[in-house]
Amino acid sequence: MNADLLPLSGVSDALASGAVSAEALLDASLARIRALDGSLHAFLRLTEGEARAAAKASAQRRANGKGLGPLDGVPVALKDIFCMEGVETTAGSKILRGYVPPYDATVVRKLKQAGAVIVGKLNMDEFAMGSSTENSAFGPTRNPWDLARTPGGSSGGSAAAVAARMVPGTLGTDTGGSIRQPAALVGCVGMKPTYGRVSRFGVIAFASSLDQVGPFAQDVKGVAWLLAAIAGHDPDDQTSSPRPVPDYAARLDGGVRGLRIGVPREYFGEGLAPEVEKAVRLGMEKLRGQGCELREISLPNSPHAIATYYLVATAEASSNLARYDGVRYGHRAGANQLLEMYEKTRAEGFGAEVKRRIMLGTYALSAGYYDAYYLRAQKVRALIRRDFDRAFSSVDAVVSPTSPTTAFKLGEKLDDPLAMYLNDVYTVPANLAGLPGISVPCGFDGRGLPIGLQLIGKPFDEETLLRIARAAEPDEHRLPPLVEG
Amino acid sequence: MAIDRAQVRHVARLARLALSEDEEERFAAQLGHVLEYVERLQGVDVAGVEPLAFAGDAAAGLPLREDTPRPSLPRDKVLAQAPEADGQAFRVPRIIE
Repeated sequence: MNADLLPLSGVSDALASGAVSAEALLDASLARIRALDGSLHAFLRLTEGEARAAAKASAQRRANGKGLGPLDGVPVALKDIFCMEGVETTAGSKILRGYVPPYDATVVRKLKQAGAVIVGKLNMDEFAMGSSTENSAFGPTRNPWDLARTPGGSSGGSAAAVAARMVPGTLGTDTGGSIRQPAALVGCVGMKPTYGRVSRFGVIAFASSLDQVGPFAQDVKGVAWLLAAIAGHDPDDQTSSPRPVPDYAARLDGGVRGLRIGVPREYFGEGLAPEVEKAVRLGMEKLRGQGCELREISLPNSPHAIATYYLVATAEASSNLARYDGVRYGHRAGANQLLEMYEKTRAEGFGAEVKRRIMLGTYALSAGYYDAYYLRAQKVRALIRRDFDRAFSSVDAVVSPTSPTTAFKLGEKLDDPLAMYLNDVYTVPANLAGLPGISVPCGFDGRGLPIGLQLIGKPFDEETLLRIARAAEPDEHRLPPLVEG
Repeated sequence: MAIDRAQVRHVARLARLALSEDEEERFAAQLGHVLEYVERLQGVDVAGVEPLAFAGDAAAGLPLREDTPRPSLPRDKVLAQAPEADGQAFRVPRIIE
């Protein structure tokens, strides 16, 4: 098999052994992007010049025996929400078209320092608002397993690029499931770390009390390496934790014997597709077979999570997106007066879903409604967190489906915002509670569409979560039909 | 919960969004639909519950960094991204008549 078709850990091993060079890998990556991206539209732009220079430098380091570690020379790509110095960064929005950041996000700087070769920027729902990547101002991304279907979202480009073997690893962001849901819908591994584990400096903000950066790869080990590279304290992000970053990959194969995994009954009820439930339960049996104990638990406030999320997230978004006013960067509409300029700039620059969420958030924060909506949502949020605290006194992690269905068709839910929001029913609780979550492939439905199993862990216990995910992940990595082996 | 066009216009003004007639109508219906859904939170017993605004590292809290002066981004690099600038500052349309 060609090295570029291997999961990230295999690519890294091939680089370390000298079986393949960083430059050859980059060539293969660019060739596959050029062959497939006309159909998939995972990428918004390539950074070929920077990538060639980085691959050359990496090859020299490795030739001199001075490799920087497992990511040195590995091609990666970034959701277009991460600022990269000198490279246009749009967050999938017309309002930022042409914006060229004058600095690197902390995670971009860290990836560069680890020797990773950044090949381009990936498509996403505008400002990460969406579950299908159809809200991108630049057109939707398609699912590599069925081009009529969505790869999920908002990090749909990040997921599709990994599934189609365009690059072995990518970064995305997850505010309500935007890493885990697309990972499930395209059949790769995607992780949202604990809130505070990874710096958000230079990451375009959506909902600041929920946003977290995380990795995608075909394998859990690849995700563990990417997380180790980007995690850690950053003086430029006050919410980033000073806790030391463990060597996540080191104890990955430690096994799961004796671990207790909670099965929340609220996550296996109405709305869950039978084929998804079947595959997730098979995944759970696989864990039990390796010595895990499965325990039924209850997270009684789960049914309130979506309503809570759409109040908290939109309120924070309405405030965060106030900065797009046509003054300092991005689009400006022609107008004679300042107020008119603001209103027209934002009317022209934002898409329908972003406007809808700004409106909802502004309403929830406005005089007379704050206590009934925003404040009440924050109290229910506390109850959701309390459910998990209680559960974690008797279990080490929680298992559930990642998404209630497999990939849906483009356009299917576009005119029904609420139906789209309900995609996130199993993923938003981890964001509201600040907990780490990971989606691992656990099978396919009758149409050949991938299914994901979600694991949710204790705060800052990514190590245990990754170990369980490693035990759950499939032994073989099936290729989507459009990728030729 | 129903929301009428006048409320939509009021919220749009607060959000600094110019909406077309079409959008006003569509958002009134869609926001009403979502608000009806979130109404379910009114039935949750939250008596005595403290609101949760920060779900981060509780042990570390939110430590403040030292207030040490350091260079900001160079002015020319920042102004290069502005729709309109005069070399020293951002330019905006007239505010005072």
